[in-house]
Amino acid sequence: MFSLYVSGDSPIHRIPAGGKLLLLFAASLALFMVSGIAVHGAELLGVVVLFRIAGLPWRDTLHQLRPALVFLVPIFIFHVVFTDWALGIETVLRILVLLLLAILVTLTTKLSDMIDVLERVAGPLRHVGINPSKVAMMLSMAIRFVPLLMVEAREILEAQRARGLDRNAIALLIPLLIKTLKMADDLSDALEARGYDAEAVVPIWKRWSVRQVPDGTR
Amino acid sequence: MTTRDMTFVALFAALTAACAVFPPVQVPVVPAPIIVQNIGVMLAGSILGARRGGLSLALFVVLVAVGMPILTGWRGGIGVILGPTGGFILSWIPAAFVVGWMVERFWKRLGFWTLLLSNVVGGIVVVYAIGIPWLAFVANADLGKTVVGSAVFIPGDVIKAIVASFAALIVKRSYPLIQR
Repeated sequence: MFSLYVSGDSPIHRIPAGGKLLLLFAASLALFMVSGIAVHGAELLGVVVLFRIAGLPWRDTLHQLRPALVFLVPIFIFHVVFTDWALGIETVLRILVLLLLAILVTLTTKLSDMIDVLERVAGPLRHVGINPSKVAMMLSMAIRFVPLLMVEAREILEAQRARGLDRNAIALLIPLLIKTLKMADDLSDALEARGYDAEAVVPIWKRWSVRQVPDGTR
Repeated sequence: MTTRDMTFVALFAALTAACAVFPPVQVPVVPAPIIVQNIGVMLAGSILGARRGGLSLALFVVLVAVGMPILTGWRGGIGVILGPTGGFILSWIPAAFVVGWMVERFWKRLGFWTLLLSNVVGGIVVVYAIGIPWLAFVANADLGKTVVGSAVFIPGDVIKAIVASFAALIVKRSYPLIQR
């Protein structure tokens, strides 16, 4: 599946997805409650150790971190100019620790495990009128169609580049938009033709038959 | 919600993700490069309406959070949401909703200018109102100075609102999805 997961069998890989997400959430709150360069520096060391334990390649980590680094430099410069450099170092360290922890969770957890956690969390939403099976269905459709539409987008980009139109946002977006609308139409027709009932509580992939035949009509 | 609504919600989430393929566009005069992807917010709102548009972006944010590399530059994961620019990403959900809500109100006499107004209010004002305070908080920075610093992105965002309005107008004429 199209995801950032790096397979492995470290103790960190083996922590259940829900547990990892809860720990990350707690850590993100705690990070903003403590302060001090020494404290955050020690946390950074700890996180580096966790990455060693997980056995993750540095290349993947750095690739995810790079866009954030672009932000950390101006944040640091901002503090040097307007407040003081110590607060700058502390802020940058705190963001770095937070980002690295989140990247650790992302790289060591399977997408399917994350989705399972989501489905469990979405379960109680039933009581406020949200059908969890619909949520799960939309998630799986989106996951399925992301790589498909990306291929379409790349083809459109190449076709428009050949015409010298690859800097023209309209020339890129309209064909992609029309393809998307057409795909959505075809997909909903296909679902309905196969008897998918959006109101049914049981997800379609958990049923044995596509539609139950009432007794006596067999 | 019908099956059709569900497929539109899912496919517009995928459409926003697919926009990650388009490289940032550098326009003369505009200081910061334009990230094409944010336009998905405006498109989902102005083509699908408030409820479906908001849901579609919520789905997109969930996909980012669970670790699909679908943001420009192939980023993803919870780190993006918790990081300095996380507020901008989260704001896309209410932003698409607001764009859609305004478009639904204007639907009967919807033209380029009403679409542009909806996209500017939802796609720019709402996004900045959530994203900038978040950035200021995470960066430990002064709110006023963060607002000034973010101003470099306004010209690019206005161009995006214009493009999204054109696109939505074309779709409205040939393929109207909001009936009211």
